Amino acid sequence: MCKDSAATAAPPVRTIHLDHPILDKNARLAERNRGWLEARRIVAFNLLSSPGSGKTTLLERTIRDLGRELSIHVIEGDQATDNDARRIEAAGAPAVQINTGAGCHLDASMVSKALQTLDPKPGSVVFVENVGNLVCPAMFDLGEAEKVLVCSVTEGEDKPLKYPHMFRACTVLLLNKIDLLPYVAFEVDRFIDNALLVNPALEVFLVSASRGDGLGGWYDRIRRLAVPDSASRWGEVESSRESPP
Amino acid sequence: MHELGITQEIVEIVIARAGGARIARIVLEVGKLSAVLPDAIRFCFDLCSEGTSAEGAVLEILEPPGRVRCRGCAVEFSLDRPFGRCVCGGTDLDWLGGEELSIKAMELA
Repeated sequence: MCKDSAATAAPPVRTIHLDHPILDKNARLAERNRGWLEARRIVAFNLLSSPGSGKTTLLERTIRDLGRELSIHVIEGDQATDNDARRIEAAGAPAVQINTGAGCHLDASMVSKALQTLDPKPGSVVFVENVGNLVCPAMFDLGEAEKVLVCSVTEGEDKPLKYPHMFRACTVLLLNKIDLLPYVAFEVDRFIDNALLVNPALEVFLVSASRGDGLGGWYDRIRRLAVPDSASRWGEVESSRESPP
Repeated sequence: MHELGITQEIVEIVIARAGGARIARIVLEVGKLSAVLPDAIRFCFDLCSEGTSAEGAVLEILEPPGRVRCRGCAVEFSLDRPFGRCVCGGTDLDWLGGEELSIKAMELA
């Protein structure tokens, strides 16, 4: 009897309360990156989008247009190939390629290593081109000053509603490829309404990275963060909601 | 599939804290608006915990609902997706709950 009751008694259980944020390690590394960048007055932008929205073309153009006034460096994230890093270097900026393999996003540790390799000088601008993916990269802070979302008019106007976490995580939205508007059924106003429903604080620019339309507002945004003391030199910041041509 | 990386993170954290003891149960908090799917975590957990002291642990996942306050009129309401419109028409919302993503507790055998 006694033996039986001992066998059926619950084994001793020790409960440990953790309250441990799951992404804590990445968050701490991202803060370290942020401090490293701030100490050198380097401003970093994390560029996010679905594949094919034109991030690399936007960066090539930005490097060609601003390369003489700003020191620009690029961290390229893709699952495979160094094609984008080569395009960036051909445009005139030092670049480091990160291949994530099976990974679907960049994390703060990868960016930390890439920054050590790039070694941008104080006062530089660093663009991090994340893996083309509207889901996973939204969750991982890299230590950037701003998350910039690039969408294109060849995608649907309901992208903000389908991928709300990404639209919510970003502060700037570039709607790219507006030169194609005459050829595609894309309602710009509906897209912007959806984006602002998800994130009313988004600053929206309508651009064509290949033709150059509307990039003035984007460039002013970069200049404002990169050289805050000389913002007045560049005049007033353009309207955030420009009309398509 | 960021849940794979997140589950690896969970397993690493609990193993480190368990100090070699076998883990019988893990309680997670994954808010409804956190962009993380509990089912995907369950799916990845067996794979990530295999051969570790967390192998075979019971996963309990609490899912706090989305809760917001309108910055325009201060009305509070529930959300089941990460955006919404208040009865006053406002869309600028303070998030009060639903974004949780943490390991609450674990039980050691």
